[in-house]
Amino acid sequence: MNFDSRRITIILIVSVIGIIYALRLLSLQVINDEWKNQGVALTEKEVIVYPSRGLIYDRKGRLLVTNQTVYDLMVLPKDVKPFDTTAFCKLVGLSYEELTSGLKKAVSWPNVKYKPSPIIKQMTPPEYARISEELYKYPGFFGTPRTLRIYPQSIGALLLGDVAEIDKGELEQKPDYRRGDYIGKSGIEKAYEEELRGTRGVRYVFRDNLGIERNVAEGKLDVAAVEGTDLIATIDAELQRYGEELMQNKRGCIVAIEPSTGEVLALVSAPTYDPNLLVGRTRGNNFRALNSDLQKPLFNRATQAQYRPGSIFKLAQSLTALQLGTITPQTRIVCNRGIIGCHGSHSNDDLEMAIVHSCNPYFRGVMQRVVEGDRDPSSRFKDARIGLDIWQGYIKRFGFGSNLKTDIPGVKTGLVPGVSYYDKWYGELQWAYSTIYSLSIGEGEMLITPIQMCNLACVIANRGWYVSPHTVKQIGNGGKPRDEFLVRYDTGIDTAHFRVVVDAMEKVVGPGGTANRAKLKDIVICGKTGTVQNEPKEDHAVFVCFAPKDDPKIAMAVYVENAGFGGTWAAPIASMMIEKYLTDTVSNKAEEKRILEANFLDR
Amino acid sequence: MKNQQNITLTRVDWTTVSIYIFLVLFGWMNIYSAAYDASHPFIFDFSKEYGRQFLFILISFFLALVMLYMEGDFFNKLALFIYGFFVLLLALVLVVGKEVNGAKAWFGVGSFGIQPSEFSKIGVGLLLSKYISSTGAKFKNWKTRLVAAGIIGFPALLILIQPDVGSVLTFVAFIFVMYREGLSGNVLIIGLGAIVFGVLSIVSGAGTIDFPFFGEQNGIYLLVVIVTILAILGIVFVRNFIVPRNRKLLYWIIAVSTVASLLFSLSVSYIVENVLESHHRERIYVMLSMPVEREGADYNSQMAKITVGSGGVFGQGYLQGPMTQNNYVPEQWTDFIFSAVAEEWGFFGSLVLIGTFVLLIIRIINMAERQRSQFSRVYGYCVASIFFMHLLINVGMVIGLAPIIGIPLPFFSYGGSSLMGFTLLLFIFLRLDAERLNIFR
Ligand SMILES: [Zn+2]
Repeated sequence: MNFDSRRITIILIVSVIGIIYALRLLSLQVINDEWKNQGVALTEKEVIVYPSRGLIYDRKGRLLVTNQTVYDLMVLPKDVKPFDTTAFCKLVGLSYEELTSGLKKAVSWPNVKYKPSPIIKQMTPPEYARISEELYKYPGFFGTPRTLRIYPQSIGALLLGDVAEIDKGELEQKPDYRRGDYIGKSGIEKAYEEELRGTRGVRYVFRDNLGIERNVAEGKLDVAAVEGTDLIATIDAELQRYGEELMQNKRGCIVAIEPSTGEVLALVSAPTYDPNLLVGRTRGNNFRALNSDLQKPLFNRATQAQYRPGSIFKLAQSLTALQLGTITPQTRIVCNRGIIGCHGSHSNDDLEMAIVHSCNPYFRGVMQRVVEGDRDPSSRFKDARIGLDIWQGYIKRFGFGSNLKTDIPGVKTGLVPGVSYYDKWYGELQWAYSTIYSLSIGEGEMLITPIQMCNLACVIANRGWYVSPHTVKQIGNGGKPRDEFLVRYDTGIDTAHFRVVVDAMEKVVGPGGTANRAKLKDIVICGKTGTVQNEPKEDHAVFVCFAPKDDPKIAMAVYVENAGFGGTWAAPIASMMIEKYLTDTVSNKAEEKRILEANFLDR
Repeated sequence: MKNQQNITLTRVDWTTVSIYIFLVLFGWMNIYSAAYDASHPFIFDFSKEYGRQFLFILISFFLALVMLYMEGDFFNKLALFIYGFFVLLLALVLVVGKEVNGAKAWFGVGSFGIQPSEFSKIGVGLLLSKYISSTGAKFKNWKTRLVAAGIIGFPALLILIQPDVGSVLTFVAFIFVMYREGLSGNVLIIGLGAIVFGVLSIVSGAGTIDFPFFGEQNGIYLLVVIVTILAILGIVFVRNFIVPRNRKLLYWIIAVSTVASLLFSLSVSYIVENVLESHHRERIYVMLSMPVEREGADYNSQMAKITVGSGGVFGQGYLQGPMTQNNYVPEQWTDFIFSAVAEEWGFFGSLVLIGTFVLLIIRIINMAERQRSQFSRVYGYCVASIFFMHLLINVGMVIGLAPIIGIPLPFFSYGGSSLMGFTLLLFIFLRLDAERLNIFR
């Protein structure tokens, strides 16, 4: 029997296997990208190049916020070889438990053993330098640099804000951020996040046969990082620091604004804290401590506290009535203390003296003339509705009751109650002026924030207009502020009407005025005190002002909680701030000492 | 005589020699890439695999030359002695061999080791050729089958004891030789059927199935039920559609094949689940894409496939394959060397390599067919079949079509024993082929 034909069968089998293998290779190497992609995922690393975050300077070029390099100790589990854990723990300062749990975390979802995970975060340069020389003994462990925010002046914590790892909620809203990225959480850091952040770059690297990291495709795929933009803040670091000193051991705030530009010169909220507390490894603990502090240091009183304005509101009332023509500077109203109380010896003031004396019955009458305008003679209820509407329109143009278009995150609007508010409260046509007259002296339902109080001072200083208060004057060195901070808002009140109000404010600080303590020798300050009742606790001391009278450079609002008279506590603080800003010195050392030593925290 | 020798040497098949040299040198190049160590970049550095492979290549070339100068008759006459010598070595290695990766397969000589199983195939090939070419040997006869099985099975058994299942599997190659020489084709078909049925048994036996009335039972019983139903259907079919005089024989065939397949199926499942060690079982599971309990059991298989896939159409370039250069595939220069070629030389490189092997095997088969001596022909088939088996399993393992079985790719993988063994195997045949016109037997 001849089996020669079986040669063909065997050759066929060999050939068929060859073809099957060729087809399989075609599928693995050419058609199907899955294996190739897995290979790329294993061998190529995407190295994120973090741009350095923009720096922040004060208006005089002093550095307020800068960056410091720290090191994260990373582990790439794939490359870890068995090592002397005791020596390693001793070297890096971890307990054995911390090390094992860190290593376990590095290989648990969503981490994988081909991707590096942090074992120790944010070591200082000296800490890292100490261990880096020994690190070569432990394959798979390496340090990566990362930058932290540093606040060299230790001032303006709430104004400057803070930076921290992005949280889950933010991550969902901002798709161009990644887990572990840092983001501004408050203040300028948050408001100018886009500018400060810069643009993240990417380097694609692989390890070549010498074990050296090389650029994939000669770096053509890489994206260069764009450094963050530097900012020039509007604040004056020295003024801010002085304000924080004056407010030590007190609750309250100081707002100082340059009236002609709306630039915030100082924004103090007391009690304050060192912004460096919310940086680095200790951030978590410090944040918890500050957050649970009963004095609420994280609460920005200058922009978020809504107070009844008190007597300073009489300034806005005067200007509104003058513009409406319901009074003239010569209008006299009897100080009838039957309905509403008053203090001091006066009986029949004109407008200027009524402001100086802060005569409550006078301003009750002023607002009555505005609201009860006899515009609908059929009913005093209907008449009040029309009148209050007109009044509210004017008051809102001062920046009250609405969101000042500022760049400070989280500002509150305050409240200017109108027709709909009282309709809801008392019912339609159930209220008249007699129901709501406490508005006339800044009490009642009226609420404003200290930054709005300061804005009122700006309006008067400018004789009729303001620029929205803002905290950054240049985006990029030599740049401009945001467009909205180049716009003047007009209050609709003629410049002529301001004369009597400004003169009255000068007298408030003059001899016999309620704020005589604020008087300076060479600088004419125009101000108005307020003392806001706060039963059963001590009154809040309030003072708004601007100076100098004829060419105003600074407008201020000072609010000291539970301190007592505005003239005794708030006015001197404003006065010293003005002197400090305009002359760089404070002459009245005794007064300065009195303020520095005052402590109202326990009231 | 001297003249005769010179004439013979001019008849050496230089095409095959060229293919051999190409494979050996290309293999060496890729070993250099796969085992590359930046601190030892010199390719002749004996502390590295590529340096030692160079030494093995020199020795192999020398051995090849020696084989070409041997008398072909020498191999025929001494076949039994050579076979006996290697069987003795296989027995000896079980006693004095050193254990590597759990198998006693190596004689240690200093830092080098010799693996007798790589050489024993030469002895089996020679003795099998001598036996089959002897008068009286006919595969029709049970005696011939048993003797042939004995020649192959004895060394295979010794290797199984080491244990080195991979090397044993390559002995299956001799089925092709016996098929060519007259073994019934049914053996091939039954073998193929057994593989399919065996896979079904392993897959179903690995899990449990919720049977009605009987509850959770081993999945193998589903196969038993199906085979039984098929048998009953077969009997019903025979009763109704087959003329009565043929029925009795068919009943017997059905009964015997049913019992045989049930026994086969149950024993395969039992062996895999209860006899094999867990790492062997895992390898089989990985190949069959079945779930493996221990994480990382399919690491090598995954990495090999990723490395192959990473090559793409044109490859990453020599010494530039990221998977190869970063040592993702453990000991890539030995059994996984094909993945280095596939990554750095791409789909085209892989095709060239597989094509070269297929051409080499076909060429050897065709050369075997031109022999006038049956001894030379059978031996040629032995060589071709062994190469084929190694190609089938080794490349199949790298591209995920065969279980992870550690056997080398001929001439390509790092290792002295395998390179020398394959060189001897091939060049004995080249000598026999060169003599084909001298001898009339
Ligand atoms: Zn009065």
